[in-house]
Amino acid sequence: MVTTATPVQVVYKRPTSLSDIPTHYCPGCTHGIAHRLIAEVMDEMNIRDKTIGVAPVGCSVFAYNYFTCDFVEAAHGRAPAMATGIKRVLPDRVVFTYQGDGDMASIGMSEIIHAAGRGENLTVIFINNAIYGMTGGQMAPTTLPGQKTTSSPNGRDVETMGFPMKMAELLSQLDGAGYVVRRSLHDPKNIRMAKKAIRLAFETQVHGLGFSMVELLSTCNTNWGISVLESIQWLEDHMIPAYPIGDYKVSPAVANLKV
Amino acid sequence: MSKELLKGNIAMAEAAVRAGVEAYFGYPITPQTELLEWMSERLPALGRTFLQAESEVAAINMLYGAACTGARVMISSSSPGISLMMEGLSYIAGTEVPVVLIDVMRGGPGLGNIAPSQGDYNQIVHGGGHGDYHPIVLAPSSVQEAIDLTVLAFDLAEKYRSIVFVVADGNIGQMMEPAELPPMRPVRTEYPDWAVRGSMGQARHFLSSIYIEPKDEEVANYRMMQVWKRVQENEIRYQEYYLDDAEITVVGFGTAGRIALSAVRNARLQGVKAGLFRPISLNPFPIDELEKISQHTKKLLVVEMNTGQMLNDVQRAVKGKIPIDFYARLGGIVPFPDEILAEILRINQEEIPLEGDPRQRWMKRFAPVINWKN
Repeated sequence: MVTTATPVQVVYKRPTSLSDIPTHYCPGCTHGIAHRLIAEVMDEMNIRDKTIGVAPVGCSVFAYNYFTCDFVEAAHGRAPAMATGIKRVLPDRVVFTYQGDGDMASIGMSEIIHAAGRGENLTVIFINNAIYGMTGGQMAPTTLPGQKTTSSPNGRDVETMGFPMKMAELLSQLDGAGYVVRRSLHDPKNIRMAKKAIRLAFETQVHGLGFSMVELLSTCNTNWGISVLESIQWLEDHMIPAYPIGDYKVSPAVANLKV
Repeated sequence: MSKELLKGNIAMAEAAVRAGVEAYFGYPITPQTELLEWMSERLPALGRTFLQAESEVAAINMLYGAACTGARVMISSSSPGISLMMEGLSYIAGTEVPVVLIDVMRGGPGLGNIAPSQGDYNQIVHGGGHGDYHPIVLAPSSVQEAIDLTVLAFDLAEKYRSIVFVVADGNIGQMMEPAELPPMRPVRTEYPDWAVRGSMGQARHFLSSIYIEPKDEEVANYRMMQVWKRVQENEIRYQEYYLDDAEITVVGFGTAGRIALSAVRNARLQGVKAGLFRPISLNPFPIDELEKISQHTKKLLVVEMNTGQMLNDVQRAVKGKIPIDFYARLGGIVPFPDEILAEILRINQEEIPLEGDPRQRWMKRFAPVINWKN
């Protein structure tokens, strides 16, 4: 019998921008995917050393544990303001916030709108899972009409609880926004699209082309009260129709970027 | 350097510029807006950071971010704006990053008015934001002192990694008087080890006020108290006037202290042995010094532009050893020297009880002044 030596080739490894520690996220949660995509982009762009992340309040309050770049931890909703302070003092660094829907679209609405309006050269990764995860499944500003949560036990009644906030659509209206898109993390094709968008968002910042935000439709099987597989299906069936995937603002300068 | 005629707000702003402030964030609010306006012109011209935020909530969090980079940073506002900053301040305290804040106090509570007041004493000296923390608080009584304390504020903030407040009132902010600005210091080029500026080939930095394990938070709180102990031992500031033989000692800070000095001088002219003790560091408060004074003066008169917020701290120092009376104007009214003089002369004649609440006695005396009818 003849054996031929095949050269060993590494085809998949942990990005150096991603810490090698156990996760605190629930099994099935898509935060881990989002973290990994950001870390891969940092590696590819070789920017880890000059990147400063701003963690939010919510399930991803410990986001700083999972990245090997510098980090600060903001007050609830204030990450875009804190990131603005950092970026204005250190304009040649890469600054990004990582925020959930309660953090950004509820308590932090003012800070995110104005950061985008000013055209701050920041990158915002926005996790939209239509619920408050950390506090145990309350209604979020992005909770869908009729969706049951612990604070809308009979389903979100738009007559009394209002309508979901569509952040990508909202922010895309502002002249300061260079790149505002929505992607989803529910299947490999969409995850690859999400990574490309995150890359372009960081490129937008590095090239000084204004505010960039990638909204990522995400699952929360724990607080949605369904299995992991069901949660992926629920995202596809209910969230994507309400929050269509797409490019909401790509400024001409960003469109011309060659990545 | 020579003396110039300077407005308080602009003097404090320019003092900060010369102390090497690298970033300023703010929001317009009377009576401190000239400070923001001055910064909007000066800082960009010097290649430094100025940003008018969308709110005081955003401004304090921008300051928080900038402070985490190790830069010299400052913010200013007036009472209602300071209330909005309390969330961010608590986070800054918990993260132990140095910041300088100027509060040009105005009449309150609520929207109140834009006239000078000292109503934020408790909010700033005794807390304001949630959790256990101790800001250093400095109170100027002239434009010159406002300049000097603003410069000092940056040094103290960095020395102790602390929040340092300069509490002026609308009077100090809006008043013009001759004062001398300090020479321009170069902006620093080296940053502390803890600064978050991108790892740049070095070890990773992380700054936060989060201590998810209570045992770690306990240690952090204890560490902050250790720092505060050093502040208490080293940073007590006050000024004494005519205290060598004073039988009546007036205690007042900021504008109230300055006006009381005129009253004390007039009392001296009338042969009354009056003196003034003016706390400059409201936090740490000169407790021991006041206690010593209470051993050789006979009576105290506390004068404030609030309902007796510092009075509580004076009582804590004096421990009931000598009688205290209280006088105040409220809501944006500044006392005249003659009002305080009348109080000094009254106290010189009358016995003051050791017991009872000085505030209640003042309320009774004060009712006719505002035509209060029961």
